[in-house]
Amino acid sequence: MRSEPAVTTLVPTMATVEAVRRELDDTVTLSLALSEPSLTPTPGQFAMLWAPGVGEVAISYSGVGDGSRVDHTIRDVGATTRALTTCEPGAELGSRGPFGRGWDLSRLPGRRLLIIAGGLGLAPLRPVVEAATAGTLGTSSAQLLVGARSPDAMLYRDEISTHWASLEPQLTVDHATDTWKGGVGPVTIALGSAIGDPATVEAIVCGPEIMMRVVARELMDRDVAPDAIQVSLERNMQCGVARCGHCQLGPLFTCVDGPVLRWDEAEPLLAVRER
Amino acid sequence: MSDSGATAALPDPAAVSLAIADLDRLISTLRDDGRVVIGPTTRDSVMTLDEIAGAGQLPRGWLDEQSPGKYRATPSETATAFAHGPPSMSWKRFLHEERTLVISTSRTNGAMVIDPAPAAPEKPLAFFGIQACDLAAIGVLDVALADDAAYRRRRDDLLVVAASCTDSVATCFCVSAGTGPRPGPLADIVLTELADGSLIADARTERGAAVLTRAGLDTAATEADCRSAAALVDAAAARQTRHLDTEAIARAAAAPDDVGWDAVAERCLTCGNCTMVCPTCFCTSISDQTRLDDGCAERWQIWASCFSLDFAYVHGGSVRTSPTSRYRQWYLHKLVTWHDQFDSSGCVGCGRCITWCPTGIDITEAITS
Ligand SMILES: Cc1cc2nc3c(=O)[nH]c(=O)nc-3n(C[C@H](O)[C@H](O)[C@H](O)COP(=O)(O)OP(=O)(O)OC[C@H]3O[C@@H](n4cnc5c(N)ncnc54)[C@H](O)[C@@H]3O)c2cc1C
Ligand code: SF4
Ligand code: SF4
Repeated sequence: MRSEPAVTTLVPTMATVEAVRRELDDTVTLSLALSEPSLTPTPGQFAMLWAPGVGEVAISYSGVGDGSRVDHTIRDVGATTRALTTCEPGAELGSRGPFGRGWDLSRLPGRRLLIIAGGLGLAPLRPVVEAATAGTLGTSSAQLLVGARSPDAMLYRDEISTHWASLEPQLTVDHATDTWKGGVGPVTIALGSAIGDPATVEAIVCGPEIMMRVVARELMDRDVAPDAIQVSLERNMQCGVARCGHCQLGPLFTCVDGPVLRWDEAEPLLAVRER
Repeated sequence: MSDSGATAALPDPAAVSLAIADLDRLISTLRDDGRVVIGPTTRDSVMTLDEIAGAGQLPRGWLDEQSPGKYRATPSETATAFAHGPPSMSWKRFLHEERTLVISTSRTNGAMVIDPAPAAPEKPLAFFGIQACDLAAIGVLDVALADDAAYRRRRDDLLVVAASCTDSVATCFCVSAGTGPRPGPLADIVLTELADGSLIADARTERGAAVLTRAGLDTAATEADCRSAAALVDAAAARQTRHLDTEAIARAAAAPDDVGWDAVAERCLTCGNCTMVCPTCFCTSISDQTRLDDGCAERWQIWASCFSLDFAYVHGGSVRTSPTSRYRQWYLHKLVTWHDQFDSSGCVGCGRCITWCPTGIDITEAITS
């Protein structure tokens, strides 16, 4: 049987936009104050954010706060995300959640954590990165690897070079500029030096599906066990409560059984074309 | 799934006998209880479902033929009202409506307020003449939509007068699906019709027994009638020729890419008819509408089909672009992953998807090798 969602309602709670921070040309972080506190989200979980009269979309928590105050980092790709990314402070939105299975942090104590992000995939990883810098995950070490299309498309660059510097960030871009000091190429080029003893690694990976496949394959080629790799999948989600049917992936409702899956769970499902 | 196989016992000894005219007393009793009675009825030469006020609206004297891609109902000399295949539409639309309001907004002192859809003081429903496959489908939806407030509200108040099937059309495979032709649990009363149109009514719940009592229906059925009724239902079961191919389903489950979908690849139009008529398909989309008068927003939950390209759309494109991948998703969900998700099959063997597919694709033969 499927997992039972903790939140089952289709009725949103109203939320007020408290602050808007521009991250990239097409991406902002909204800080929301919820009119009624939700359960405290786990890193990797998501909310259904509603732009009244426009639509409701799945957006990860990029700051988990305490259930009353949360952050979401949103990229403008269509009608609803346009409405969300053009909000001004004071705007009213709807929010439902938290939904889904987040990152399995219980696996981390004593292990060497690799946090591997591609593009906007860094947003759902931000709460993990912050816990790692605060030293609350119990890992023996933690390193951050981030890939982006270009230096301009790299999320949270200020935080990476300041608050997150202790994670020895390895940055790569597909297309470099003259002033770029990091690597050039896919994020996997930084893996070789980061991996060390594969038996001690736990990898948390988020980015476009193709990037996660490539990273997982590379990790396995270097003898990291598939169950020590976690990925977060993106599917069409309309309800978040395993009822609308859109997010199915084989037997899973990605919205409650995911979005985070271990690679040993995800790989056989993703191996079937157009599943 | 049920106690409804072809070998079930005779109706309960307490079963009562009904003349054709008694059906009106039964329907009136349900209506006097404040219920909206839904039953099969013929419209434009198609047996469909609608509110009925009396037994005169039942499809008495109509026979239907169903085969892949074909449906035909014709008037005939028959005295029966329930010897037909599944009606064109399924009963799900009365419990899980095509469009359901989820929320609307209003403004109080300038601030936006969310108003959950009102728990409408609707009249409770009675399903009259629902067949075994469709009754089993309600059991399936009960699991899938357990958390759906609008569904639960209607479902909790529902009273069920089921009808045993005394005929099978060519597309029926409830015996293979394990759901019929005898109505399983969830019925309050089960009717079984004899060739002359008279019936045997068997109360399955106290509520059902109370309805029969209030309708003044208390003539004990004779053993001979009970035996003829049982024989008619057994004969209907024996007429079924279609079977779910469990071996093909197992192969598709193990290796979805390695079985032949050729039977569907060329023919599926991705029209979604199969999902609309299927009594267990429950998927929906949720979309916003802005009211023109006051600018407030409404969110509606609307039936959706996994055959549409945007069903699995994510930024950049659909996960399932080819028609075969969409048919495969539907087939595997019905027959394989439904078991993982809800502990039952998603197919009750009603055969509607076979009848109403414009190109006659047959779920019992979809896999070729
Ligand atoms: C678990 C999860 C977490 C996500 N987290 C974030 C995040 O933190 N930040 C962010 O910017 N985006 C995130 N997304 C992607 C985001 O949901 C889509 O970008 C958004 O739905 C696009 O909607 P739109 O109306 O703006 O675009 P359109 O392209 O106009 O989309 C039309 C409709 O298609 C569906 N849709 C389109 N793309 C997606 C998609 N990628 N995933 C699911 N449904 C989609 C939606 O139902 C949408 O309403 C996440 C998606 C998922 C599934
Ligand atoms: S899949 Fe076809 S035969 Fe099975 S329940 Fe649905 S419509 Fe009926
Ligand atoms: S199987 Fe038949 S009814 Fe279903 S989408 Fe394809 S063509 Fe339409």
